[in-house]
Amino acid sequence: MNRVFCRFLLLLIVLLFLPHAVYAGANLEVNTPAITSLKQSMQGRHIQLVNYYENGAVGFTKDGLLALRDANVVPLAKRQVVNGLISAENQDRNLLYREIARANKHPEWEKEIRATFSQRWIKLAKTGWWYQGAGGSWSQK
Amino acid sequence: MRNILFFVSRPVLSMLLALLLSACVTINIYFPAAAAEKAADKIIGEVWQLEENVEE
Repeated sequence: MNRVFCRFLLLLIVLLFLPHAVYAGANLEVNTPAITSLKQSMQGRHIQLVNYYENGAVGFTKDGLLALRDANVVPLAKRQVVNGLISAENQDRNLLYREIARANKHPEWEKEIRATFSQRWIKLAKTGWWYQGAGGSWSQK
Repeated sequence: MRNILFFVSRPVLSMLLALLLSACVTINIYFPAAAAEKAADKIIGEVWQLEENVEE
């Protein structure tokens, strides 16, 4: 009987520390080959997109993507290019959010990861860039 | 006395165990918001090549 009690006690102690061990490792895995290649692809595209962030043609949506905010500031000849950039970037971003969730073995986290990114893109955006508020209207940083 | 301890402690201990196990599961499933924010900042810093991230 005493031995059983001791075993229980030992198990209790181990279990008490287990959550801390799990919690201490709370760093998201973002160094997979898929994430690295997505980052590189987005990095190359950013050089082109930054002009459209600055002139307000493209803004950051509340769901962590890009949208054409004001087509009028883009010359007609360039509109197709901008639309292509936006859709390619959005495809990469969607893949990025899903890939981070999957790399951390929690595919169900995709929504929260998207929400986190959405806030951080806007937070780190430069003065003058446009973003969508919670209500869907556009504001300028 | 030993018998009383046996009967009292078993259900109490099982309950405690169940509680602790559920706590583990909760923490494991809980979304690590701070870690996600850090990861997002790191990735955005790299994609946008922000200077703040160069020193890291």
